[in-house]
Amino acid sequence: MRNIFLFIRRYSVFLGFLILQGICIWFLFTYNRSHRAKGMGVANEVTGWFNTRYNTVRYFFRMKEENTQVHKMNDSLLNLLSDNFIARDTGQPVMRDTVKLDTLGHYRRFAWRDAQAVYSTINSDKNYIQINRGSAHGIRDDMGVFSSNGGLVGKVIATSANYSQVMSLLHVQSKVNVLLKKTGSGGTISWDGNDPAFLTMSGIPKSDSVLKGDTIVTGKFSLSFPPGKLVGTVDAVIKNSATNFYTLRIRPFANFSTLQQVFVSENIDFDEQHKLDEEAKRKVDFKKTTP
Amino acid sequence: MSDLVRNIIRFVFFLLVQVYVLNVVPHLHQLVVPYLYFLFLLWLPFTVSRGGLLVLGFLMGISVDYFTMTPGLHAAACVLVAFVRPFIINILAPKDASEFTYREPSPKAMGWTPYMVYVLVLTILHNAYLTLLQWLSFGSLWLFLLKIVTTTAISLLLIITTELLFPRKLKFRTNTSS
Repeated sequence: MRNIFLFIRRYSVFLGFLILQGICIWFLFTYNRSHRAKGMGVANEVTGWFNTRYNTVRYFFRMKEENTQVHKMNDSLLNLLSDNFIARDTGQPVMRDTVKLDTLGHYRRFAWRDAQAVYSTINSDKNYIQINRGSAHGIRDDMGVFSSNGGLVGKVIATSANYSQVMSLLHVQSKVNVLLKKTGSGGTISWDGNDPAFLTMSGIPKSDSVLKGDTIVTGKFSLSFPPGKLVGTVDAVIKNSATNFYTLRIRPFANFSTLQQVFVSENIDFDEQHKLDEEAKRKVDFKKTTP
Repeated sequence: MSDLVRNIIRFVFFLLVQVYVLNVVPHLHQLVVPYLYFLFLLWLPFTVSRGGLLVLGFLMGISVDYFTMTPGLHAAACVLVAFVRPFIINILAPKDASEFTYREPSPKAMGWTPYMVYVLVLTILHNAYLTLLQWLSFGSLWLFLLKIVTTTAISLLLIITTELLFPRKLKFRTNTSS
């Protein structure tokens, strides 16, 4: 204790100097606005630095708890992701004009509706596409399906209430009536089951001139889709000397591997036409069997 | 006239000159602010104790401060000058206070060269510290250095002028108090 007093006594002037300086600085930073602002800025800087360091340490120890919380949060958010849901689109029932004749005198034969591909394969020899519309939305068998860029994709072969199964063009049993746009010659397009990038078209007579790049469109006699819709381009002309017809290698317009949005074409008169067809066949067959 | 009265008069005189003349006349340049008031501290008698010097410095500075509305700014510089003053005197004229023939630091008491060094060092110290404190709130480094140099030059000029214009009637130290 005595030493402390001795120390204070010995350095009294210096201590006094320090005290007076302290008072001056205190005055300076208390009563002067600009100094005060500056001082506050520096003080904030310093305390901010220490706070940051302290928080780093604190966060380290709270990390496990935080992790658990974040994980729970992620879990609950994952369940909310839109990927978990498919737009059933029940709010859009069959929207079709009951009046088939519009004011310009045109007769509507085909109606379109959009859909999303929810499932598709290209690797099998029998590839199907599932779309998120079904009989509840008016989808029926034998409707045509087109990709978002307008290329033919396939035909509906089965429907449930909310989904439809589409037989892709990449299906060994698929046979679609198409024609060569340039000459108008009809043919049939099918798939050999090997390369999903190419289809095979047959039925073009050798009298036609076919070149690489010619456009193939849908045929005029389909009950499923309108004529003249894009199908693909000629990629190679394979000459088969055994027959009088070309075999064409077709590159389809539709990209089957990235199908997302598709269109469904509906033939409004399908029932009538189909019934007529069946009736005719039945009559002919009946006549054949009972001559 | 006793030292006390004389220094009280000087205190008031320097304060008023600084506040009402030097701070009021248009400055040569915004950097060149003439400071003279701390000459009061330089002229204080040798016999004033170091603690007393500090208190007087603080009083002088805070008085100027309250006129210039910057509390603590000049006071801090003055306290620093008052604190350093005995060391400088010790270095330049290493004697006890009782050994000086004269009562106060003056060209005659210390010789012109030591006296000018004494004034120069303390002036630089005062101006540097003052400018530093001001500079904390605004300004750049070059401005800071330039301001120290210019204010020191103008202060020195003023101090020399004052010394030459007002030669103090220097009293010899006598044993009998006057």
